[in-house]
Amino acid sequence: MNEPTVSPPLLAVRDLRVSYRTRAGTVPAVRGASLTVAAGETVALVGESGSGKSSVGLAVLGLLPDGTEPVSGSVELDGRNLVGLPERALRGVRGREIGFVPQDPKASLNPVQRVGAQVAEVLRIHGLERGRAAAARRARELLGEAGLPEPDRVAERFPHELSGGMCQRVLIAIALAGRPRLLIADEPTSALDVTVQRHLLDHLADVTRRAGTGLLLITHDLAVATERAERVAVMSDGRVVETGPSADVIGAPSHPYTRELVAAAPSLTAPPATPAAPDAEPLLTVENVRRVFRTRLPQGGRQVTTAVDGVSFTLPRGGSLGVVGESGSGKSTLAQLLLRLDRPDAGRIVLDGVDLTSVPAGRLRRLRRHVQPVFQDSYGSLDHTFTVAEAIAEPLRAFGVPGRARRVADLLDLVRLPAAAGARRPTELSGGQRQRVCIARALALTPRLLVLDEPVSALDVSVQARILTLLAELREELGLAYVFISHDLAVVRQVCDRVLVMRRGRAVEQGAVADVFSGPRHPYTQELLAAVPGGPRTVSEGASP
Amino acid sequence: MVTETEVAGEATSTSGTGTGTGTVSKTGAARGWARRVGRRPGLLLAVLYLVLVLGWTVAPGLFAGQDPLFTDPASGLVPPGAEHWFGTDNLGRDIYARVVHGTRVSLVAGLLAVGLALAVGVLLGTLAGYLGGWLDQLLMRVVEVLVVIPGLLLSLAVVSILGFGTTNVAIAVGIAGIPNFARVVRAEVLRIRGSAYVRAAVAGGSRTPAILRRHVLPNASPPVLVLAALDVGGAVLSISALSFLGYGAAPPAPELGAMVSAGRDYLTTAWWVTTFPGLAIALVVLATSRVARALERTGVPS
Repeated sequence: MNEPTVSPPLLAVRDLRVSYRTRAGTVPAVRGASLTVAAGETVALVGESGSGKSSVGLAVLGLLPDGTEPVSGSVELDGRNLVGLPERALRGVRGREIGFVPQDPKASLNPVQRVGAQVAEVLRIHGLERGRAAAARRARELLGEAGLPEPDRVAERFPHELSGGMCQRVLIAIALAGRPRLLIADEPTSALDVTVQRHLLDHLADVTRRAGTGLLLITHDLAVATERAERVAVMSDGRVVETGPSADVIGAPSHPYTRELVAAAPSLTAPPATPAAPDAEPLLTVENVRRVFRTRLPQGGRQVTTAVDGVSFTLPRGGSLGVVGESGSGKSTLAQLLLRLDRPDAGRIVLDGVDLTSVPAGRLRRLRRHVQPVFQDSYGSLDHTFTVAEAIAEPLRAFGVPGRARRVADLLDLVRLPAAAGARRPTELSGGQRQRVCIARALALTPRLLVLDEPVSALDVSVQARILTLLAELREELGLAYVFISHDLAVVRQVCDRVLVMRRGRAVEQGAVADVFSGPRHPYTQELLAAVPGGPRTVSEGASP
Repeated sequence: MVTETEVAGEATSTSGTGTGTGTVSKTGAARGWARRVGRRPGLLLAVLYLVLVLGWTVAPGLFAGQDPLFTDPASGLVPPGAEHWFGTDNLGRDIYARVVHGTRVSLVAGLLAVGLALAVGVLLGTLAGYLGGWLDQLLMRVVEVLVVIPGLLLSLAVVSILGFGTTNVAIAVGIAGIPNFARVVRAEVLRIRGSAYVRAAVAGGSRTPAILRRHVLPNASPPVLVLAALDVGGAVLSISALSFLGYGAAPPAPELGAMVSAGRDYLTTAWWVTTFPGLAIALVVLATSRVARALERTGVPS
């Protein structure tokens, strides 16, 4: 499997250059990228947002948007240059010779057409099946091959009736319908939970190996890349800065950017965060908290969803608790309850001896200064009509704190933002800077507890690493306690000393990070840990290539 | 430790997405708007006409030298010419002067109507959207009942209760316009109420009135102001219609709708008596809706 390929490459990209025309002039996106993919080989193209990795994929497919300067360099598929080929010829290549799996599974399917018809459409466009019935039959086979259970029934569904993972499998079926020799997958699993991601990537590896398809896997996730690809190409600022076998690139990165990327990637083997002082008294005690949502169904009747189902935990002063779980596990609802933005149906939330679930509204408002939030979406967390300084000053204003300007300047300094940032609007900042502003706002009232709901999951790894470092430093400096909600186990390990695993509203396991990560007791925790790309695997699972 | 240079590095790596999706800065929006007006002759004409009408509204005497009420039966029904640009009516009143003053009355009444609809609609929509619960249910059911009744019919009913007169007509038209505003405002408020920045403000201890004033209203205002601009034309049309039907000011006062109505008797012999006030109504409506549509597309330059 890992023998070096001697045959000429299936895909050879040489010195590719792509520039976009914008109002501000021509902006180069790709400035000389070269890479090869052999038949049956998986090559990962890794880079952060804006590195040009998606532009490479689109250039190979000839799908660059309007307003792109003519591409220079060459894209050779089996020795035939695709650059400059007329659109008609490219249409024959796309789908037939190169399949494409896009990033956003929900947005990439036609919402008003049944998924079976969408697969059949590809077959008929390329003349692979004549006649509706034959195409529909073949479409169902393809859906089955893509790993969808009961393909006959799934084919009759609309995209909104399927989960994100199932939609992505439909897209894989579409991409493979024309039996292409090369598959380009642009962040195929970034929007999915880790366990779903793992199944999908396993499946992609399986089908490409069986059919001898070359796979160009575009991803921001170094762990996914090194785990799934034989070779890795690292992109930075429009250039491929390093190429080589996966093990070499991650084990001994030669380019400084790759070294930075490897260092920034949180790992399951790094030492966990320092625990709170063992004799620290409890700051927050959560007892049997429950939250039930009742929704009226369009066809009548009611649906009762228990989002949080009897969760209990204790957080000591200065402690840091990670809450992990996949989408729909109730972890964000738990955050809303802790922040008392929502009211639990049962249970108690006791902060410093005061039960937050039973205090009157006025008292609750005064108590809010002790518990402050940081949300995932820093863009949506800041009102765009406010300047940065106004946003940070808002809680100070709410409590009538004097000397706001000086305090804002101190807070900007605390989150390592230049003082000049105060006058800017949130839209003028990068994602990492905006998240720093949100942290500064959360710290304005010198709270005892921060509830962080996926604070770094929208950020690139290097930015993520800096925010995590900042959070660790602030915790030390200010003696803060954290409830840190994340889907990413590696991130939790870096910030938290204790962890609580949620599944379907229940806390299935909790304990010290070191214990849970090295010896998970609950099967779900074991599955979650095993699904982490690049994570430690048990012997039986280590057999996969 | 994170140094400033590293933070600056974050800015360059994602600045493309940061500025691309954001709202354009104020001066940028205004400049873009000026460019847009210059590129579109129709829009340019509409803006120029509205500037002219604004002049008529502020200082009618400056644009029309003659008294709109001055009668001179001896020179009745004079066709348009050098002395009377738009001709005279059956009582010898100068139609141009009456159109200038009439447009002023119609526009002021239209703005009053929209102002009323805006104020009450924003209040109801904000309360319903932000407080929710039974209040939302109650207010929105009432609003839906009002939506079911055709606007002009509703205005007719209201003006029959209030009595005749331009102000009452404006109030009646304004009341008919409330449901639209209430619904749009409520939808915007619902969107904003669910946003992360409002949740952060609640968690930060901000009181509800402060949140409404500082977050909800500023963020809800752009689409509402566009709707208001769109509604001015419709309000002028409704007011003119009611005035045409005789619900407006008493006869000697110049009102476009009433002028159209009065001139009907002379349509075959003196076309100008009806045509010019009619054109004035049409132009005000077209110009305001043209400008409002441009605002809708580019956003309100504030």
